[in-house]
Amino acid sequence: MVQSLDRSQGRAGGAAGRPTGAVTTFTGNRALQIEEPLIFELGQPGRCGVDLPEPAKVKDRLNGLRRTGEIGLPGLSEPQVVQHYTRLSQKNYAIDMGVYPLGSCTMKHNPRINEKVARLAGIGDLHPLQPLSTVQGALELIDSLAHWLKTLTGMPAVAMSPAAGAHGEMCGMMAIAAALEAKGERARRRIVLAPESAHGTNPATAAALGFTVKPIPANERGRVDLGALKAALGPEVAAIMLTNPNTCGLFESEIVEISEAVHEAGAYFYCDGANFNAIVGRVRPGDLGVDCMHINLHKTFSTPHGGGGPGAGPVVLSAALAPYAPYPWIVKQADRWAVAEDGARVDGKPLGRLKAFHGQMGMFTRALAYIMSHGADGLKQAAEDAVLSANYVMASLKDVMTPAFEGPCMHEALFDDGFLKDTGVSTLDFAKAMIDEGYHPMTMYFPLVVHGAMLIEPTESQAKEDLDLFIAAMRSLAERAKSGTAAQDFKAAPHFAPRRRLDETLAARKPILRWRPSNNPPEGDPLRQAAE
Amino acid sequence: MRYLPLTDQDRREMLAVIGARSVDELFCDVPRSARLAAKIADLPDHQGELEVERAFQAFAAKNVSPASAPFFIGAGAYRHHVPSTVDYMIQRGEFLTSYTPYQPEITQGTLQYLFEFQTQVTLLTGMEVANASMYDGSTGAAEAVLMANRVTRRHKALISGGLHPQYRRVIETTGRWEGFSAVVGKPDVEGLEDLIAGIDKETSCVVVQNPSFFGHVRDFAELARACHAAGALLIVVVTEVVSLGLIKPPGEMGADIVVCEGQSIGNGLGFGGPYVGLFATREKYMRQMPGRLVGETVDADGKRGFVLTLSTREQHIRREKATSNICTNAGLCALAFTVHLTLLGEAGFRRLAELNHAKACELADRVSAVPGVQLVNESFFNEFTVRLPGPAAPVVEALAAKRILGGLPVSRLVPDDPSVANLLLLAATETATEHGMAPLVTALKEVL
Repeated sequence: MVQSLDRSQGRAGGAAGRPTGAVTTFTGNRALQIEEPLIFELGQPGRCGVDLPEPAKVKDRLNGLRRTGEIGLPGLSEPQVVQHYTRLSQKNYAIDMGVYPLGSCTMKHNPRINEKVARLAGIGDLHPLQPLSTVQGALELIDSLAHWLKTLTGMPAVAMSPAAGAHGEMCGMMAIAAALEAKGERARRRIVLAPESAHGTNPATAAALGFTVKPIPANERGRVDLGALKAALGPEVAAIMLTNPNTCGLFESEIVEISEAVHEAGAYFYCDGANFNAIVGRVRPGDLGVDCMHINLHKTFSTPHGGGGPGAGPVVLSAALAPYAPYPWIVKQADRWAVAEDGARVDGKPLGRLKAFHGQMGMFTRALAYIMSHGADGLKQAAEDAVLSANYVMASLKDVMTPAFEGPCMHEALFDDGFLKDTGVSTLDFAKAMIDEGYHPMTMYFPLVVHGAMLIEPTESQAKEDLDLFIAAMRSLAERAKSGTAAQDFKAAPHFAPRRRLDETLAARKPILRWRPSNNPPEGDPLRQAAE
Repeated sequence: MRYLPLTDQDRREMLAVIGARSVDELFCDVPRSARLAAKIADLPDHQGELEVERAFQAFAAKNVSPASAPFFIGAGAYRHHVPSTVDYMIQRGEFLTSYTPYQPEITQGTLQYLFEFQTQVTLLTGMEVANASMYDGSTGAAEAVLMANRVTRRHKALISGGLHPQYRRVIETTGRWEGFSAVVGKPDVEGLEDLIAGIDKETSCVVVQNPSFFGHVRDFAELARACHAAGALLIVVVTEVVSLGLIKPPGEMGADIVVCEGQSIGNGLGFGGPYVGLFATREKYMRQMPGRLVGETVDADGKRGFVLTLSTREQHIRREKATSNICTNAGLCALAFTVHLTLLGEAGFRRLAELNHAKACELADRVSAVPGVQLVNESFFNEFTVRLPGPAAPVVEALAAKRILGGLPVSRLVPDDPSVANLLLLAATETATEHGMAPLVTALKEVL
């Protein structure tokens, strides 16, 4: 099962298939850029990276269901494992390496004190079902974070358990469905309004709960078209799902009118809190009439993104929706903390349970450490610096790129591909060329309402010198693209990344989702020569 | 504020480039009525690293760490030793502080480990394809039911009473709002005959757990045949993934979807999260899977590389038609799982499972020798149920008062059923020692 890789045969032809006459190496490696096989190609049966004691001999009690045959896991020593994953790590871009201008994703500094406190004995190693008398500090910690979230948003209640932003959306929309059910309006109110620029999770969430999604167009200023919204409101509408600041990087200036119109129609206002980091300390969503909003702790409060997770998506709830919060929640009884778990007798009508146990405690710890480090003053300053940085980038690039909208932006600057017209360079090509300059590309082709969108979010974490270098690199790329002579270079970018442009169509047409002994590396791959 | 690099001088220069007099001008689109004039009351200002660390040590001091006490709690979260290499690796900034790998050329590290993870999951479960992780086992179980509904176009899930009660509630909650019904068995040892008899033409899936919540180890081959004869899918949930080192995998029993809680490998207890859900199925259902998938492909030079693939199932492409709304998954926890499992390898994983079973056998023998304690299980892996002469909850409290974390009273998770009041769940992993078991036995004799 485990394939051996005979390194003595070398991996000649590191640049095989590339008719450039470039220098090749025996190993296929390029100095520190090392070709790394899969663990299944590295392992040898009999090797092991842990030392475990000999189990006591017992007569097993497995009901005759002992596993037979090989599982097929490779065997590697501890140093091999360290080397393998270290090499893989070096093929990743990360916020620790530099500007990571992903709009809407909010890649900000991840302080290491957060990692340290999350691992303290007595925090990181608690079992979720220990007797409550033995986890009083953990419950107090969760309640402390809940207090900050409620206070910063101006909302009376928070559901802590959702595991990610999209899970929080599910929670909030379930609370709305539960409230409608209690009022006897669930069958009638089937429509959820979602602006065209909504995150894809919004329509997916609403549809999953049986609502019909109706898009609301944007006006020429990149905001929700109030007239169209008012025309769409009626007795069939359950809620609006609105992001504010919105995905065009703009504050919905008519938010108060929107909120009033929604409530007058008997509908609820769900706010997608993905961009809350732009307004912390300056605006409370509760003051805008929001009924519920999820908070992506990883965006606003800097729990690390970790290559795609884990996240945490607590949901703040208005007084109208608080009775429908899901189990569990934390309550203080006299001088001790308790948990209202399933079946607890309560005044409200909990919508159910969304996840086993109490929520993403590890993320709560990191978020609270981040919040305490900033304090109320620092959080407000961070929001202001994020907005300042985005406007600085916008102002510094507006003469060579095309801002999608007039006026100041919030924490992200949105451009369209107007400046690339007739150059033969697409938004995708431009993004891939940024890689060669040492930057992770910005968010592209989102929001959908803008053609060839480029959404740049510098965050508050970057020094002005780094922003200036980034701006200079972007200007250089824009000027080269517009010169009309570099289209082929852009099309072939990235030139200097661990891999050149990857064939995503092939991956989707002939899906290979796992390693098998038979799927050898393809032609042109240095690992293939080595294996042969 | 140490995290903010901009100086006042920087800010002035940047405002000048923008052409604004103050940062307030940049917030001009916020309606006046919505602007906070004053500082938010009731919240403290920023603190230094020393003060923050001290505050968290104070939280920690009010808890009893399992490392400091005899410890025997399981019920869907298991205490295992995690090699130091695992934590070192997930703290490398290139993994910790990167985003979802949408730009494959500069995220091959994340993509390759997720491809390795997917492969490992298929091997453990005996299935053909796997995704790149779910939030956890409980939400994964609910997603599995939704997927079975899509595949069968039916809307009734039959849920074994042997499924973890909180998993069952997550499925019920999902069903209530997503338009399917869940028929739930009694919270006890499931009679497989009852489950088979319950399958009808409306049944989209049967959900079972192995080992069950109460610890029993079962063969589901006959149940799988009954499901398939009726056009329903069999979903097998595994909350203790280490058991797959010793027990026949669900794929060999005929499962159509396997969902595991992967916390046991690489991920600490963490007071319940974040954990990592493993999700595997048969190749023919590949396009109905929720969540992220990583696929192999080639780059412009013909070199092997990896990308996120089949994204046309996902929320950012299909919006209201997506197979799930999942966006963020549990990537870093999947890395911890993969690194730990790679360290273990075939030999280590099997040995770890053997150790767990041996420790649990020893604990079962010792505890059931205490007068009044009756072992309920004939079969188990590393967790089993005992019946006490009276309610288990006060016994567990009395043990806690002696600083012994002595199992879970089933009544905590099943508060509404008096028939389980006397049941106590006990788990023993490789971390259990003689020094922990002896005090438990002594204390049990005292408090019973």
